[in-house]
Amino acid sequence: MTLSSALLCLRGVVTREALRFVNQRGRFLSALVRPLVWLFIFAAGFRSVLGVSIIPPYETYVLYEEYIAPGLLGMILLFNGMQSSLSMVYDREMGSMRTLLVSPLPRWYLLLCKLLAGVSVAIVQAFVFMCIAWFWEVRPPVIGYFLLVPALLLGGLMLGAMGLMLSSMIKQLENFAGVMNFVIFPMFFASSALYPLWRIRDSSQLLYWICTYNPFTYAVELIRFAMYGKLHVMAMLVVAACTTVFMAAAVIGYDPLRGFLSRKDGGAPSKK
Amino acid sequence: MTEDLALDVDQVSFSYGNTQALNKVCLQVPESGFVALLGANGAGKSTLFSIITGLYSAQQGTVSVKGHALRTDTLNALSKMGVVFQRPTVDMDLSVIQNLRYAADLQGIPTAEAKNRIALGLEQHELTGFEKRKVGALSGGQRRRVELARALLHRPALLLLDEPTVGLDLQSRSNFVAHVKSLCADIGTGVLWATHLLDEVVTDDDVYILDKGLMVEHGTVVELVKKHNVDDITAVFNSIVVREAS
Repeated sequence: MTLSSALLCLRGVVTREALRFVNQRGRFLSALVRPLVWLFIFAAGFRSVLGVSIIPPYETYVLYEEYIAPGLLGMILLFNGMQSSLSMVYDREMGSMRTLLVSPLPRWYLLLCKLLAGVSVAIVQAFVFMCIAWFWEVRPPVIGYFLLVPALLLGGLMLGAMGLMLSSMIKQLENFAGVMNFVIFPMFFASSALYPLWRIRDSSQLLYWICTYNPFTYAVELIRFAMYGKLHVMAMLVVAACTTVFMAAAVIGYDPLRGFLSRKDGGAPSKK
Repeated sequence: MTEDLALDVDQVSFSYGNTQALNKVCLQVPESGFVALLGANGAGKSTLFSIITGLYSAQQGTVSVKGHALRTDTLNALSKMGVVFQRPTVDMDLSVIQNLRYAADLQGIPTAEAKNRIALGLEQHELTGFEKRKVGALSGGQRRRVELARALLHRPALLLLDEPTVGLDLQSRSNFVAHVKSLCADIGTGVLWATHLLDEVVTDDDVYILDKGLMVEHGTVVELVKKHNVDDITAVFNSIVVREAS
């Protein structure tokens, strides 16, 4: 693999993902409407119910809308990661995934390109969300907007890699509904996205324990701190480690010799 | 393993659990040669294609493309092949030119060179004028031509086609077969054409017959007809399949 062929491949995969995204306006709108509904309705309703004390990275009391904004950015990344893996399962069933996998580049690199393409789209969505949220008084310092990029990138890579790993295990598109119920919702709700961890500990020690082992919590905290110009080292390390593990599992999953795809009917083309 | 062969499949076996899909299959495609792989549904053709394209890994045996072993020299082997899968793999939401640009990028063809090759490919495959049309809006025959243009964009030594005419009407099928044969003869690409539609092979074609995972016959249509003392390749095929089934 030469550098030029690697860059051309990356350009091809990212361009395709962007074109598909532009062509599917409904996907863009639904990806945006979901967190905005949470911000406009859920946060407004719970503003007076849920008090948020001064906890890092905040230096003063903040509105509940401001507290859940990083969680909603995490939600965009989470749903986008799952959307990408859904499209991988769809592409595999429809056949277009094979075009990618028979390209003369290492499989790990092809999967990385696919991952980066999905995350690029998610970052655009996240910034459109932040622009709208500005009018809802979610106004982090200017430096926060710049630091959000690497935080969103790393968080998006982790959630995208998790989606890739899941897509290598899912045999048929119909099974994907299970992922929604067993992965996305538990990950989102059992995290610090909607409530601070100390609040959760007050109500349930078990739930608190689950939240502290949920990688999504660390992605949200990484974003939260970056948004206020700070670095949460522990969150960054956990997210980086989880990204590596999920990506390695995805590469093994897509390996024709060792992976889930080599098993009977495991995403195989129709047998002849 | 020799570079004179576009494809060399040697003693390849594969099973799904306890079901043996391929049993010591051997097959060769010479440089610039046209080879038809015949087999009924379930014979193992698509499994063999998945192995040749590296989507599955052979449990036994070797596959090499232009002398490059698929297992040990994977990227060079893959760079020498173009594939048209049984089910359409082009992106229906993208235009013809966007699909071709995507393929060029995946193959690492530099931008300027890709532009020239795409223009030539559109002309060769009679797609000029359809560049900006979404693939989903094209006819079945035109979509197959887009797939073919994409598979040949990087000028492979080997072109694999897995039941490429499924879903096409008789006239489109016959046009597509003639188009592939003439084009690949011109550009010197070896072709492996898998099909269960026996009218797609003609007298001087090199034919392999795969049945229940075993390569049961090999020869030109004339040789096989003579050997089995029948009238045509359909009778040869039926006699083998019936004999194997009984």
